[in-house]
Formats: sequence, structure tokens, C-alpha cells
Amino acid sequence: MRTEYRPSVVTRAVRTARALPLTPGITLATAQRVLQQIVRDRGSVALMLAIPCMLMVILKLMFDDADGAFERIGPQVFGIFPLIVMYLVASVSTLRERTSGTAERLLTMPVQRLDIVLGYSLAFGFLALLQAVLATLLSVGPLGLDIKGPPYLLMIIAMLGALLGLALGLLVSAFARNEFQAVQFLPAGVLPQFLVCGLFVPREDMSDGLSAVAKVMPMTYAVQAAGEAARHDGVTGLFVRDALLILGCVIVVLLASAATLKR
Amino acid sequence: MYGLRVTRGDRPLLDDISFAAPRGAIVGLLGPSGCGKTTLLRSVVGIQACAAGHVQVLGHPAGAAALETRVGYVTQAPSVYTDLTVLENLRYFSAALGLRGWRRENAVVRVVKEVDLADWADQPVGRLSGGQYSRVSLAVALLGSPELLVMDEPTVGLDPLIRQELWTVFRRLANEGTTLLVSSHVMDEADRCDRLLLMRDGRLLASCERSELLAHTGCASVEGAFMRLVRPGAGAASGTASSTASGAASASGRPDPVPVPTDSVPPSSGPETTSEPAYESAPASTPPDTVPPPTQPLFDGGLLPDPHASFFASECRGP
Repeated sequence: MRTEYRPSVVTRAVRTARALPLTPGITLATAQRVLQQIVRDRGSVALMLAIPCMLMVILKLMFDDADGAFERIGPQVFGIFPLIVMYLVASVSTLRERTSGTAERLLTMPVQRLDIVLGYSLAFGFLALLQAVLATLLSVGPLGLDIKGPPYLLMIIAMLGALLGLALGLLVSAFARNEFQAVQFLPAGVLPQFLVCGLFVPREDMSDGLSAVAKVMPMTYAVQAAGEAARHDGVTGLFVRDALLILGCVIVVLLASAATLKR
Repeated sequence: MYGLRVTRGDRPLLDDISFAAPRGAIVGLLGPSGCGKTTLLRSVVGIQACAAGHVQVLGHPAGAAALETRVGYVTQAPSVYTDLTVLENLRYFSAALGLRGWRRENAVVRVVKEVDLADWADQPVGRLSGGQYSRVSLAVALLGSPELLVMDEPTVGLDPLIRQELWTVFRRLANEGTTLLVSSHVMDEADRCDRLLLMRDGRLLASCERSELLAHTGCASVEGAFMRLVRPGAGAASGTASSTASGAASASGRPDPVPVPTDSVPPSSGPETTSEPAYESAPASTPPDTVPPPTQPLFDGGLLPDPHASFFASECRGP
């Protein structure tokens, strides 16, 4: 043996954090890096922030004549549009991470799987917050969306929807071989939820089978919670239950996607 | 120091590979494309599922948590973020290694100098040339000052000047005590390595010092030696020279890892000896460095079946 064992600085720094399934410093650094990457791509940021706003404007123009339709539909889509937008961005960018070999490289380092997943969640969660604030301000302000509850409830729904989309995107990136497949999972996984969530037909009017399907789809609860916020002043028990359900879904899906990251 | 044996199941990618390497050496892993070099390197890093065998790296099983900062791995395709600048990449990866504050900046500045990218530090990696791109990937692996640096074809496709520079860096790292495991399918790279592992079709043909290999095969270059190991017909004129050479490398019909004159047998040889009883019949029963000169030319056509010799000839031309 020509050289004796010398514990490097790195080894000591990391050993202390080993007890947790994640290392806070590394998670934060990951979030920062993901944000850096997104900010580089100005086009994507602009699209992410503008698309929900644009859709709200279209909705307003569509239902300009129909009395009360915008008030009924408007809040409900707050659970849907951010979900779809965030799903697309998250699935493609994590897929890129997996296919470029960087995820594998990170896992040969003292990076743990939750570091990567939570880093992405934090970064995209921050974007989701911006998106939700913009869309809510636009709807309640210039578009004159009249809801009974406080507007911040809509923001919460939009945030939760976006987080759900993010988590689903992370999970799907594990099963998709390439970007084409990841995008194809959108009609497969998200659009059925969109159809049965109660936006087109109230869930009570659906056949038993369909309404049972709707009951296990997380988007249903996002739409229902948004409706609650629109119809009642203050926070109702149903709203809280739905919000917690969505949050639970987000956590389960995030853990599942962390499990799919393999060494 | 690491000894390694990998056997893989249904379709064997790597078949009964055993070798050990001393610290502070540049070990060249050479063989044609698709012979299992990457798989071998991946199992050294611990990201390859192995069907059997044991890989011991720096006194730990491969992939152990303790090795995460002590082993650097450079993948074949550069795995860095193309949309970030060189510095941003390095900062992030050093944070991923657990470095903080001045240690992090220190490490980043050191590796930027080491791979000579200071002038491009603020450029997005995607805009760099191919050589610079792969040097960024190398820089990331150097961040943690690893004791073992595993590199998958780090110099392939680079211009001669940069290759020369990289090999200077490798040599300096080795002199500082880092062990380097470098794969390549370009045989002339072998002349810069201390030790060689010759591979083909998932089997190890030789594992020895470069000079021993040359002495044994009686060839002037590793390329020639490799051809002789693979195709005994080539260079038959020097057959007598090889038959009298000391047994540094041996190959037979069975994928028999060459008895290396090892001063560096890994301490944990338990699982290795038990996993293959057939090995005991190999010439390893006598101490490797006292193997008597073979009476027959070692690499007879009958001893080393070679269905892919023609493919091989196009891959690396003999002298």
C-alpha cells in the first residue's frame, strides 16, 4: 500500500447528515440548481406563468354572455390548469435528468433520492406559487371573478393542483423512455381525471361506475374544493378535507417517484 | 486497492472477472467496443447489478456509502447540465458532495485549473466544444479529490493536444496517490498506463504490468500484444520469444484470469475463492511469479476459441 487512508474533508462533512433520508443542504442546492436551469430558459418560464392567465381570459370571453357560467366554471379550473402545465414541465425536465446520466451520477455521490425529488419539488413549488398568485390576481381583479370565499383559497387550490401535477410528472418520468412517451402520458393519466372530475357533468349525475372512478381521482377533490371556496364564505370542513387529501396524494406520489430512482 | 470478481446471469456481460490493482497506479482497461468495459467500470462504482461475485473497493464493498466521496466516476457521455455554466455545474456538484463555504469554492477553483477551463468558466456547458464538454465532466469527478478515479473513455474523440494534457493530469494525480482506472478502445493509450487489463467479450485476457505484457508476448506495442493474445496466428515469427517469456499473462479456453504477480492481493479474498472452485485447477496453485515458462506457445488457436477475430481485426490493426 503506497498511500495510507486519509479521510477526506468531504467524508466528514457528509457523515454527520447520514441519519436522515435527506441532506437539507443538498436538497436546497438541488432546488437552487433546478431554478437556475429554469431561469436560463426564459421561454419556458414565460409560458408557465402566462398559460393559466391566458386560459382564464379565454374562459371569461367564452362565458361573457352566459350569466353566472364564469362564476361556476372559473374557480373549478383553478384545480386543473396548473396541474396540466406543471405536469408537462416536471415530467420532461426530470426525464432529461434521468436520461442524461446526471441522476445516476448524483446517486454515486452522497446525494439521496429524496434530495433530488424534494429539490425538484421545492423549485417547481416556487414556480407554482408564482403561477397561482398571478392567475388568482388576474381572475379576481381585471376579470371580475366573483367568489364568496377569500381569494387566497383559490391560490391554495392552484398551488395544490400544481404540486399534484409536479408529483405525477416526476413519477411518470420513471416509466417513460423519452419525451414523447412522457407527453403521451398526459392524455392517458390526466385527461380522464379532467373528464370525470365534475366540471362537465356533476358527479351525482354520472353512472355509478364513473362516479366511483371519479372518487379515487385526486383532481376531483381539487375541483370540489375550488367549488367550495366559491360557494361559501370562509373555510369549510369539506375544503379542508379535500385540501388534505390532495396533499396526501402529493406526498404519496412523491415518495413513489423517489422509490423509482434507482442506483 | 481492489479485487473484483463479477459473473452475470442469463446473458453474461462479464464472465468471471478477477483482478486487483495497487493504489497510485494508472490502470488501463482496454478492449474493443461492446466487450463489457463500461459494465465492469459500473460495477466498480457500484451502480451495476451483479449476479455473482464480490467487488471490493478501497476496503469497502463497491457502492458502499463510505465510498461515495472517495470514488469519482466519469461516465462515457459527459453527464453535466448543458444549460448551466461550468461554474454553476461545479458549484452544484460540489454541494452534492457535501462541500460548504470556502471548501466548496476551493474545490471548484482547483478543478477548473486542473482541467484548464478557467477561460470558459462562465460559459454554458452546452456552448463548449466536445473536448471542453468532457473536461467539465472530468472536473466534476475531481471535485471530491477521490482516491479512486474511474473513467470511461475520457480521452476518446479528443484532439491529440488535449489528450496529451489530460494524460499529464492523470499522471500527476497518480503521483499524488490517486488510483486511476481508465477505459479505452484506443490501444495506443495503453502505453501511458502502468498496468493493463485487456478484455474482450466480457472476459479478461490479461491483468498485469505493461512491461510484463510486452515481455511475455514479445511485441513492441500493446496493440501488437493484444492482437497476439486474441489471434495467436498473428506474429507467429516471434512465437519462440513468447514461449520462453516469464508467465505474466495466460489465457486458455476457460476464461482464466491471468495469474498476476500480485503484491496486492485484496485482504478480503474470502468470497472470491469460494465463488469458483474450478479456479483451483488453474496455474494459480503455484505462486504466480514463479510460474514456469510454458513449454507450448501460450496462445494456441485451439486454446483460445475466437469467433470474433475478424470483427476484431477491423477494430484494432496489428503491426
